[in-house]
Amino acid sequence: MRIELVKRKEHSQMMAMLSPLIAVALTALAAGIIFSISGHNPLVGLYKFFIEPLTQQWSFEATIDKATPLILIACGLSVCYLSNNWNIGAEGQFVIGALFGSILPVLFPSFENAATLPLMLIFGAIGGALWALVPALLKTRFNTNEILTSLMLVYVASLVLDYLVRGPWRDPDGYNFPESRIFSDAATLPEVFGGAMSLSAPITILIAIILAIVLAKTLKGFEIRVMGESPRAGSFAGFSAKGLTLFSFALAGALAGLAGTMEVSGALNQLLPSISPGYGFTAIIVAFLGRLNPIGIIIAGFVLALSYIGGEGVQSAMGVTNEIASVIQGLLLFFVLACDTLILYRIRFVSRHGSQGEASHV
Amino acid sequence: MFEAVLLTVITAATPLLIAALGELVVERSGVLNLGVEGMMIMGAVVGFAVANQTGSGFLGVVAAVGAGMAMSALFGFLVLVLVTNQVATGLALTILGIGFSGMIGEAFIGVPGLKIPELYIPVLSDIPFIGPVFFQQDAIVYLSFALVAAVAYFLFRTRLGLVLRAVGDNHGSAHALGYSVIRIRFAAVLFGGACAGLAGAYMSLAYTPQWVENMTAGRGWIALALVVFSSWLPLRVVVGAYLFGAVSVLNLHAQAVELDIPSQLLSSLPYLATILVLVLISANRRLTLVNTPACLGKPFVPDR
Repeated sequence: MRIELVKRKEHSQMMAMLSPLIAVALTALAAGIIFSISGHNPLVGLYKFFIEPLTQQWSFEATIDKATPLILIACGLSVCYLSNNWNIGAEGQFVIGALFGSILPVLFPSFENAATLPLMLIFGAIGGALWALVPALLKTRFNTNEILTSLMLVYVASLVLDYLVRGPWRDPDGYNFPESRIFSDAATLPEVFGGAMSLSAPITILIAIILAIVLAKTLKGFEIRVMGESPRAGSFAGFSAKGLTLFSFALAGALAGLAGTMEVSGALNQLLPSISPGYGFTAIIVAFLGRLNPIGIIIAGFVLALSYIGGEGVQSAMGVTNEIASVIQGLLLFFVLACDTLILYRIRFVSRHGSQGEASHV
Repeated sequence: MFEAVLLTVITAATPLLIAALGELVVERSGVLNLGVEGMMIMGAVVGFAVANQTGSGFLGVVAAVGAGMAMSALFGFLVLVLVTNQVATGLALTILGIGFSGMIGEAFIGVPGLKIPELYIPVLSDIPFIGPVFFQQDAIVYLSFALVAAVAYFLFRTRLGLVLRAVGDNHGSAHALGYSVIRIRFAAVLFGGACAGLAGAYMSLAYTPQWVENMTAGRGWIALALVVFSSWLPLRVVVGAYLFGAVSVLNLHAQAVELDIPSQLLSSLPYLATILVLVLISANRRLTLVNTPACLGKPFVPDR
């Protein structure tokens, strides 16, 4: 028996819709198997992981809180990936964004007025964009592989954060704990919808919708898609590959940096040696599961946020390690990629002896 | 003092060397597997767990190699059979490996480890200076030396090595000549997985004989950068690995002489050095283009 791919005459629209759903279903199946192997009831495990977070108000809100940075980062990454720029350093851009956003509340705590918060958000976006421009500039100027450089900067960024929080930015009144001072009210994102969630959720949704319109309706969106699919065709149209590399990295970095600032000024209210449970990497999965489309990313971000809350749920209720969350995230990305094959190809199982002479590809 | 420094450089370089050699073969066949970090961390945890349970370092190493190969088989199936995007699939492998290693390793946190023994090579180990540095090491270090020679010989002196390079440079022509592109690439991917698993076992059974979450700390990614640094030539991987080994142990020795530099700055040196080296190598187009496999990262769907 052998698996053979037969190219479809055109992209399957139905599969483009179905493949993320099939991927989620297969991931749930695989997760069930993992629960049984580790000696737990798979149905209870799956319920606690995927359903229970949705049944209670606090966990539903916690899921939205986790989904927000994922969606915002993934929106930026999708622009990179659509234009064939492999930025996988969003985790570092998130951290540096959070650091830039924290300059005012940490170093100038007495600067408290209506301008504090907007300035913080702008600083955060600038910090993330600057950090992302490093691999982009190295790629355009020296032809350096952006996958490796953007990733190396993740490690550097987390060491910078560690240094600041344990060193110069440590809270002078903090009993020597490695953490910054707590942000003042003027530097804290206000809560909306009766205290259910911070302002970061509506900001994120607004940005995703604007990006969806830009990608679908504007020349810039057209340029991004053309350059991703055929850089040669794009260059005939007068689009610059280097310019787009710089643009997409700067945009992705700015959104990741904004997400970082909103995380520290909303959810955490101070800087800690570690401020992200791997949002920058999980956002890569969100971008793919959402089919590199901002609206799809909103849904995908919510699904992946479930894995964080569900992971904590199964840990406390069943004693399964919460590492299972990242196992399930990795499996989900595998299944998403595998199912995408169905959009371009039909899969046929052939026995060793039959169908040799059949040439049915296009 | 200098002898002791050199010894630590070798132990720091060995996992990088082994993982990078494996990836070099994979990339020579035209496949880009970004999952080295994930395969390595799985090798580290499985090697530690099996050695701990059986009391045998040898079985631990064998299991680690098996774990790396199993991970790479998963990658190979997706990338070669289902023609998925290689960059994204490699990332998925790393995310999965970090998660699985955390799950398996939870029971082994803080458990004292088992260190594979050093083998003193008779006569040679008595040579002053060279002896203690190169001939009083553990079996995996010797294996890494042998691996360099074997990979270099295989790629440039054997027929199969020529075929492998042909597949990486022009899969269309290789297929037309009747070579099974997919099968050759699968074999290369499995070899890369075995090497990454071995490199991981070295981390948890020799470098620091214990299990710490995420203990590979980006070494899989540095190994990937080393392949670019070496411009796909095995002997240059040795130079690169030892150079990086030296940079990464600076931290240790700077603490010993009490330099007044933040430890975080020293810890970030290997990553900054990787970026610097990539820039220097990539800026020189002549150096990179000559040996870069022309089909690197390009999908191949056989035309039946």
